[in-house]
Amino acid sequence: MARRSSPEVNAGSMADIAFLLLIFFLVTTTIETDSGISRKLPPMQEDEVEPPIIKQKNIFSVIVNRNNELLVEDEPMEIGALREAAIEFLDNGGGTGPEACDYCQGPRSPNSSDNPNKAVIMLVNDRATEYGTYITVQNELVAAYNHLRDRSARRLYNKSFVQMEEDYDNVNYSGNKETLKEQIEEIRNMWPQKLSEAEPKS
Amino acid sequence: MSKFKKKKSGELPAVNTASLPDIVFMLLFFFMVATVMRQNTLKIQNVLPYADQVEKLDKKDLVMYIYAGKPSSRYQANAGTEARIQLNDNFASVNDVQQFIFSEREAKREELVPFLTTALKVDEETNMGLVSDIKQELRKAEALKINYTTKTGDAKQNMQ
Repeated sequence: MARRSSPEVNAGSMADIAFLLLIFFLVTTTIETDSGISRKLPPMQEDEVEPPIIKQKNIFSVIVNRNNELLVEDEPMEIGALREAAIEFLDNGGGTGPEACDYCQGPRSPNSSDNPNKAVIMLVNDRATEYGTYITVQNELVAAYNHLRDRSARRLYNKSFVQMEEDYDNVNYSGNKETLKEQIEEIRNMWPQKLSEAEPKS
Repeated sequence: MSKFKKKKSGELPAVNTASLPDIVFMLLFFFMVATVMRQNTLKIQNVLPYADQVEKLDKKDLVMYIYAGKPSSRYQANAGTEARIQLNDNFASVNDVQQFIFSEREAKREELVPFLTTALKVDEETNMGLVSDIKQELRKAEALKINYTTKTGDAKQNMQ
């Protein structure tokens, strides 16, 4: 019997099929944005607990009103100036004796914060404040902390803080992870994120 | 001599499309790999604000999503125009948040529960009142790790 050569499959419609699938995936694709500002909420407290007494000069108050305007330390402020103001407050290091801060580079004014460990940023919102504004303010305040942490990280370990955290998460990191973790913790303790949010006013 | 003379025809030769399927397949594979199927159908407007101090949320299975915003136009007849919370596929009230957190925890393996993060996907025009109500409920449910999901970009765009 003569060997019949098998007929070639017609691949002409392959492109059409592929196009159809392509268009389906094009339409259904949503490039998800799963990044954001991570925060930790304070745990619920019993009512009897006395709030700790904090000196007025160690509080940096940021109030956002219902028209999305900022009041920082009782002065109206544009959002663009908030980051600088927060950095100046945190970096002031006006304390003396046991409260002195040897890594602060601020003006050491006696009217501003003693020490980054004491400095608290207090954020008060109105219930009618827009969420977008709130995120902007949060972003600027977190940026202030990140800037200062970065500065210390560069000075002490010649690496940016972001890089250190990335290295820590990196599985292929060649250096010693234990020391890296200690270094990250040290810098976090130098600039603890003390960001207190009051219940919004109605 | 005339043997080597090419036949001259006035028509242009057809473009060779043999590699077209390959190109299309390449694109197809890219989109197949890049696609994340939406878990929930959104019933609300959800324009996220911008921020640039962001951290990435990896481990998608350890994230609980809470959406909030104004109902989309097709649901406004039933749900009104005030900002609402959406849990899974339905509108919900503030009181349902705790229950939602508990049922999400139930579905996860016990050792993973401490690592659960709540991602708040809130429309930028929502009032803070609703967001703080949600946060208060999360505190009651002891789901303290939260993440305000944002788009990456200059945060000052939110104020315009």
